[in-house]
Amino acid sequence: MFSLAAALAGVILAALTAYVLLGGADFGAGIWTLLASGPRKAQQRDLIAHAIAPVWEANHVWLILAIVLLFTCFPRAFAAIAIGLHIPLTLMLIGIVLRGSAFVFQSYGGGGGRVFAAASLMTPVLLGTSVGAVASGAIGQWGRGQWVGVGFYAGYVAPWLTAFNLAVGLFTLACFAFLAAVYLTLEAKEAPLQDDFRLRAIAAGAAVVALAVLALVVFPAAPRVHRGIVGLVAAASLGAFWSLGRRRYKLARVAAAAQVTLIVWGWALAQYPYLVPRVLTIADAAAPDITLELALSAVVLGAVVLLPSLYYLMKVFKGRVLKAS
Amino acid sequence: MSDLLAARSQMAVSLAFHIIFACIGIAMPVLMVIAERRWQRTREPVYLDLAKRWARGTAILFAVGAVSGTVLAFELGLLWPRFMELAGPVIGMPFSLEGFAFFTEAIFLGIYLYGWEKVSPRAHLLAGVLIAVSGAASGVFVVIANAWMNTPAGFTFANGTFTAIDPIAAMRTPAALPQTLHMTLAAYAATGLGVAGIHAFMLRKNPTSAFHRAALTIGLLVGAPAAILQPISGDIAARYVARRQPVKLAAMEALYETRAGAPITIGPGIRIPYGLSLLAFHDPDAVVQGLDAVPREEWPNVPLVHLSFDVMVALGTYLAVVGLWTGWLALRKRDIATRRRFLWAVALAAPCGFLAVEAGWMVTELGRQPWVIFGILKTADAVTPMPGLIVPFTVITVLYCALAVIVAKLLTRQIARSPQT
Repeated sequence: MFSLAAALAGVILAALTAYVLLGGADFGAGIWTLLASGPRKAQQRDLIAHAIAPVWEANHVWLILAIVLLFTCFPRAFAAIAIGLHIPLTLMLIGIVLRGSAFVFQSYGGGGGRVFAAASLMTPVLLGTSVGAVASGAIGQWGRGQWVGVGFYAGYVAPWLTAFNLAVGLFTLACFAFLAAVYLTLEAKEAPLQDDFRLRAIAAGAAVVALAVLALVVFPAAPRVHRGIVGLVAAASLGAFWSLGRRRYKLARVAAAAQVTLIVWGWALAQYPYLVPRVLTIADAAAPDITLELALSAVVLGAVVLLPSLYYLMKVFKGRVLKAS
Repeated sequence: MSDLLAARSQMAVSLAFHIIFACIGIAMPVLMVIAERRWQRTREPVYLDLAKRWARGTAILFAVGAVSGTVLAFELGLLWPRFMELAGPVIGMPFSLEGFAFFTEAIFLGIYLYGWEKVSPRAHLLAGVLIAVSGAASGVFVVIANAWMNTPAGFTFANGTFTAIDPIAAMRTPAALPQTLHMTLAAYAATGLGVAGIHAFMLRKNPTSAFHRAALTIGLLVGAPAAILQPISGDIAARYVARRQPVKLAAMEALYETRAGAPITIGPGIRIPYGLSLLAFHDPDAVVQGLDAVPREEWPNVPLVHLSFDVMVALGTYLAVVGLWTGWLALRKRDIATRRRFLWAVALAAPCGFLAVEAGWMVTELGRQPWVIFGILKTADAVTPMPGLIVPFTVITVLYCALAVIVAKLLTRQIARSPQT
């Protein structure tokens, strides 16, 4: 039942999930830099800078990995996405460049704090908007391989600039901010600072729920997420709120990560077996078997090198955080 | 500006920007590791100081390299979707391997930069070695993908699609060896001599500074051998081009007519009889194919390719001379830090390696035009149908110019703050 192509689509989904859970949280941390407030404003910013400095580049590579595997294994889907979403993806790249460079400039005394924060805000919205456009089937015309005779607005703007897609963008932003705030409760050493992020986590978690409910009401025609998944997301969300309320931060982190993971998988399952909904399935877009076989061996080989290294990185810098309870 | 030209310009700006950071990302870890190793062996604080300061500079450059590399991964599709649709399954393999190599590099860079107090000295040094190895590997994989565009292999092409795809054969494309060799050496030569040049400049005023002496020595240790070897790898590369892409060679040398005993033309005026036949085939009477062998519309931009090639060769020759001079002084055990003329020569070499890298990259990219996959797919047929590409081109150019200014400022400040004793 499990084809080679489906396995690789699963690997790409796993890479995207890792990107959301790790890289997404780094963007979320940038949002909290922007929204730092109260008597501990400076400490909040310091904590964030220290938390993401050693890991953000490694976390970012998950996105590169997902893209590279996408164009290797599903070149037609990659081409359709790259054409139809040229504008939001280019804007997202600008956000990625600004966020990364401003952060490192700031770390080495070059200023750029505001650019870092603003880019952290803009990039997740564009990422989410692009995902929304794929999920809602808006780029289908590019998946058919007929690339001519499409007007600028109809072909390159209308597919992604919809209320639904922008709502997905905002939802992504809320999810990233939520993840970051939850993780930061564990990074903080002093109770008041911990409480700052606890409150932020609860607020962002509430925003996630509110946006999800609102979207269900406003967009009745939106792609349906499997009921079982919705139930699991709700359970994870309740778990996160409960553990934040009881200051059980380690549990809150597990619940928040599970909640966001389930959201990503819910999207994937909703459009399965399509990569570009209603036009290109995983099987349609798949590269020849030999390419898929080699890509899978590269993934296995890469994982053998990568996973112990990643574990080591996290142990060195997040060891205290990982053990904290 | 046509959309095609805008797309090509955007790709050119993105690559020209990224390649500097990529070269530094490949070579700088080697310098840091040497400095750290010397600190561990000699316990002279100057080496630790050096390793830490270099690491700070590398952190800035690596971050900019990582994000500009992401831009390129997306741009392959954003600008050239038809190319990626066709070529993805064939050359996705080196890109995937590069992804993993780069991942390893990013992980151990985090440990190296922020782990001085958190891991054992041995583990720290090992992290540095792993950055150096994975950095070189990721460069090699990317260049293999580019080599494939020059000498495509590992497929059968019929009716506009690839069949019988063999990604391993594609990676073993003939241009892979000469190109990766040439590019990797270029990264070490440019970065090593770039660093050495900066410290040579500082030493002119302050010839007793132990810090700058140590830095100069390590920079030369990496840069000089690479600069000396580079002309040899260049000769290998040129002979491959002569056989596999004769049009590119003809453009590099501005050879318009096919002839035996072809001369070398340097700039617009100087001609060396039999030079090109000797260079390309190691035989003064060899027939060298000229541009007349292909229709005019398949010519690359000859003046630009020729000029870039001459600039690259001139700069590379200068670097090789500086490398040989270094070797000569080292063999005679002279104190290099007090020789003013030598210090000036090294200081002058600092930008030359990077300029040569840019010029060389222009030779190989412009020389392949009008093809994106040589002989298979024209660049014009690969471009995205998206109109108004001048807009993203302008935005990316402005963004990168601003970043270049900020990086230059930060690095200048880092260098100005370096110890004077």
